[in-house]
Amino acid sequence: MLFINRLFSGGVAVPHRKDTAEIETVVMDIPSKVIIPMAQHSGAPCRPTVKTGDIVKVGQLIGESDAYISAPIHSSVSGVVKRVEPMLYASGHLVMSVEIEADKKQELSEDIKAPVVNSREQFIEAIRRSGLVGLGGAGFPSHVKLSPPKDKKIDYLIINGAECEPYITSDYRECIEFAPYIIKGIQLALDMLEIPRAIIGIEDNKPKAINLLKEKSKNDSRISVYSLPSRYPQGAEKTLIYTVTGRKVPPGKLPADVGCIVFNVNSISFMAKYIETGIPLIKKRVTVDGNVVREPKNVEVLIGTSIGDVFEFCGGFVSSPYKVLMGGPMMGIAQYSLETSVIKNTNAILAFDKKEGDLPPETPCIRCGRCATVCPMNLLPQEINRFVMAGRYDELHKYHVLDCIECGNCSYICPAKRHLVQSIRLGKDAVRRNAKKA
Amino acid sequence: MTEIGIPVIIVSGLGLLFGLLLSYASKKFEVKPDEKIEIIRGLLPGANCGACGFTGCDLYAEAVAGGAGINLCPVGGMDLAEKLAEIMGKETAACEKYIARVMCKGTWDNVSIKYDYDGIVDCRAAAQMAGGPSSCIYGCEGMGSCKKVCLFGAIEVENGLARIIEEKCAGCGKCIAECPKGIIKMVPARSEYSVSCSNHEKGAVARKNCKVACIACQRCVKECPENAITIVDYCAVIDPGKCVNCGKCILVCPTGAISKYTGYQ
Repeated sequence: MLFINRLFSGGVAVPHRKDTAEIETVVMDIPSKVIIPMAQHSGAPCRPTVKTGDIVKVGQLIGESDAYISAPIHSSVSGVVKRVEPMLYASGHLVMSVEIEADKKQELSEDIKAPVVNSREQFIEAIRRSGLVGLGGAGFPSHVKLSPPKDKKIDYLIINGAECEPYITSDYRECIEFAPYIIKGIQLALDMLEIPRAIIGIEDNKPKAINLLKEKSKNDSRISVYSLPSRYPQGAEKTLIYTVTGRKVPPGKLPADVGCIVFNVNSISFMAKYIETGIPLIKKRVTVDGNVVREPKNVEVLIGTSIGDVFEFCGGFVSSPYKVLMGGPMMGIAQYSLETSVIKNTNAILAFDKKEGDLPPETPCIRCGRCATVCPMNLLPQEINRFVMAGRYDELHKYHVLDCIECGNCSYICPAKRHLVQSIRLGKDAVRRNAKKA
Repeated sequence: MTEIGIPVIIVSGLGLLFGLLLSYASKKFEVKPDEKIEIIRGLLPGANCGACGFTGCDLYAEAVAGGAGINLCPVGGMDLAEKLAEIMGKETAACEKYIARVMCKGTWDNVSIKYDYDGIVDCRAAAQMAGGPSSCIYGCEGMGSCKKVCLFGAIEVENGLARIIEEKCAGCGKCIAECPKGIIKMVPARSEYSVSCSNHEKGAVARKNCKVACIACQRCVKECPENAITIVDYCAVIDPGKCVNCGKCILVCPTGAISKYTGYQ
């Protein structure tokens, strides 16, 4: 095992709260209906290929797009299509979705067969068909990541198992339960893309996962396992690349520009599973936790299941939830309805009572500068906040507002409890809008 | 004494020389400003709102003196256009007075609240959070971003709804650019009736989200003697160019989505 002393600037030591880490993943019962949104990835949304009344089977294609940056969407249950119309999505907006009433027979579609993969092109095409997107949270279509421009030499495949957000343990459970698949997926990607080395990065608060993966990969000299310092946001793409390789991704550039491709452990092990079985991405392990959930645990959920059903499966709520989050407490999106469905890149759903979930009132900035010291991108959140609140959007580019990764460190550390991330998000929106106008 | 005396004499001599040169040059090469520009600038309202299409009143004054249209200033309106026509020796061009109107009646009594919002008090910030705390995603959020940009104090926010005080509205259009929902529209001031709803959901959904939503029932469309009302995406729109202010539509509207505005006379 390699220990690393290199550490990105900024970052905070958030409480881990990984209480669900040692509980084995439970497969959830098939829900009576699923609502599958047509935009579960960054890029162009899909258009539905089924209509009301159609009979669909598990793994059948129900949404696709001609755009390059997009990923096809498959049915997670067998049953009848009830509705095809805009429905509530995790962001709170309405997105074109397909509602399927499940017949609970889970008949597999005839289209499912293990793909033949002998070349780079076949591999990338197979991954595109599988509907795989970045399962770490960003949801970037994987086949796009796998095909970097020809002139960019890739020399590192980085596997992200850092899982730096509090509560979430779904990546950890993948390492413990499916370590052979992770290694198989890495070997497959290394062979197909002709990359010389792979590094698995895991935070040092998960020694069991580190030792297990090291054990499984000892016969392959191309793969090394790094123990990373536990510091949020260690699992952010740019900070991870810096910690394991010492390379800095310049603003506005991609990891491929510094010779790296980064995949989440879930994504890479899914690749191996898909090549073996041919079953597309239709289920996801989700950490269900928070202080009002009766039985916190990791649940394997069919995509499209409503979060209300998942909470119900975990014993329901001890008391009525005050705040429900999709994602971790640092970056997750608050939900106002339990009807939103689990999508491809959902890795946790958390529910808290008023004591845990309430935000303290905002007070004036005391100019302590702690937000600037914890920012992993070396930005000045207090200055950006000041300019945004004054409506001076045209000066924001000087403060590199678009480089913000919205990790939430500044808001977390702020003693005045200012809404720093929200103001930065507002600033980003304004800068993008002005750029479009110009 | 001479050690300090010589520099003093040199510096004051130079000062005197340059002073004389500059005062000579300023007389010799003087450019007389166009008197018209100053007079016009004095007549303009001085709000620098930019509604004329020029950056501030100074530039519009120059443009008018240079031959630009005299009826571009909505703040000054017809009075100003007449005065400018006199100065420029042009014919008075018609200048229709326009005012802004919030096409929403979604006060907290009419809509329900989806979630408690405790973030930044700004409409655009709230709109990023699932379209704002109001159950109607098309409606006013009542955070007052429009009120902040209004130079004329013509916007009030009461009970979660922005309202334009029509007698104060100059029609500069700043609020329209600011509203993230795009529910503020410019209408001719003489038009008294507007459909105060921007909801484009189907009738049943719209009604569920807001008590006074337009449900696209077509009754006003059939009632209107001038055929001035059309339904666009499940929401009625009155064409002010055809509307004769008869007020028949407001009588048949089952939800009360159509309002009468009499603030501007």
